[in-house]
Amino acid sequence: MTPLLQVSGISKYYGTRLGCRDVGFDLYPGEVLGIVGESGSGKSTLLNCLAGHQEPDTGKVVFDTRADGPKDTVTMSEPERRMLSRTDWAFVHQNPRDGLRMGVSAGGNVGERLMAVGARHYGNIRATAIDWLDKVEISQDRTDDRPSQFSGGMQQRLQIARNLVTGPRLIFMDEPTGGLDVSVQARLLDLLRGLVRELGLSAIVVTHDLAVVRLLADRLMVMKDGQVIETGLTDQVLDDPQHGYTQLLVSSVLQV
Amino acid sequence: MIQVENVSKDFTLHNQNSVVIPVMENANMTVMPGECVGLTGSSGAGKSTLMRMIYGNYLTRSGRIMVGDLDVVTALPREILDLRRDTLGYVSQFLRVVPRVPTLDVVCEPMLAVGMTQDAAHARARELLTRLRIPERLWSLSPLTFSGGEQQRVNIARGFAHEYPAMLLDEPTASLDVANRETVLSLIGQAKARGAAIIGIFHDEAARAQVCDREIDVSAFARKAV
Repeated sequence: MTPLLQVSGISKYYGTRLGCRDVGFDLYPGEVLGIVGESGSGKSTLLNCLAGHQEPDTGKVVFDTRADGPKDTVTMSEPERRMLSRTDWAFVHQNPRDGLRMGVSAGGNVGERLMAVGARHYGNIRATAIDWLDKVEISQDRTDDRPSQFSGGMQQRLQIARNLVTGPRLIFMDEPTGGLDVSVQARLLDLLRGLVRELGLSAIVVTHDLAVVRLLADRLMVMKDGQVIETGLTDQVLDDPQHGYTQLLVSSVLQV
Repeated sequence: MIQVENVSKDFTLHNQNSVVIPVMENANMTVMPGECVGLTGSSGAGKSTLMRMIYGNYLTRSGRIMVGDLDVVTALPREILDLRRDTLGYVSQFLRVVPRVPTLDVVCEPMLAVGMTQDAAHARARELLTRLRIPERLWSLSPLTFSGGEQQRVNIARGFAHEYPAMLLDEPTASLDVANRETVLSLIGQAKARGAAIIGIFHDEAARAQVCDREIDVSAFARKAV
């Protein structure tokens, strides 16, 4: 099986300051990779480099495209990369305001992604949009409301619907449950797990919440000071951590 | 089916003066299909540790652990995930699930993961929950709100849902009443009859005597601290 994403030697410096250094991994179809670390450890920088939001100083991000097979997205032309981010890729931001158009209706937010990949029939677009709003548990009578009238949890679910409607194969998530109520968090986690299984999605999830990665991610990568210090199966890294920092991280979680 | 060869393990606590805790050395055991082997030894002897090493939950320092034709010690995470989905089941003492997910779906999950249809999975989950005496009115609720014994039975239903060729059972009969204990023992008996290789930890000696073909004392693998 070809990996969906092959990452090697990704480094990014902000001037002389280190963002992340020499990160590499393979991600296979249907796999969810969690990246944890404290704030400033370089996990968001890494995610942005992978998703093409920032240009890494060195390294390769080879994505298995539908048309031409494995291709390095770092050296790919801008239009090609933008096409990827509209079709096969999705990016769920920590703050839904960064991933939604706040002045456009909920239905419009979902429909817009469809139009961007060529859908033109209004009836079909609206029907698909309503279908997806239903999947993320936003009732049909809110279709024409703007996201600014939604609660934080609803906005986050709308962002997920907007991102998944085009049937991406790889989804990048930056703290997808950050800042949400625990009750909403649980529902969102269940939703994401169901979607990953049904649609065979691959995902890269950046978070600092160890409980979230335990439930969501198959594999885990621990970052500190811009470098990956430990990787492995999620439950293995959490239950039998090898690196001193990971041991500290795991033993510092407060018990409810 | 399961073969443990010259396996050793220690824990290094980097944040507590880098203390090294030796756990076991030169552990060896073999489990054939259709056989149930009980692990014995006092609390802290390393029964659960050995089980977790076989499941890939703990890393192994040296040696070989073959489950089917995969060496868990050197396998890639992806290979262990495949192994756990298709071949190797594990019933732990604790239930760990996404909050607010209904019991029926919790039990269905391992079956859906191996590609069983929704209907078939539901039918099998209903059958198991009925056998384990979980009242039907609870099926649509999350098991996290259940009593300890009920949670354990949900965990067992989930563990036996898919017919794994190899299974690890960590105290499956603890905290169960007599009738449910019998049900669990009969589930283990049926799994053996269809050829599953089973490793179990039972503090309940009568249960151990009833289902285990052999016993292995893990204290024999203990390593003295130097």
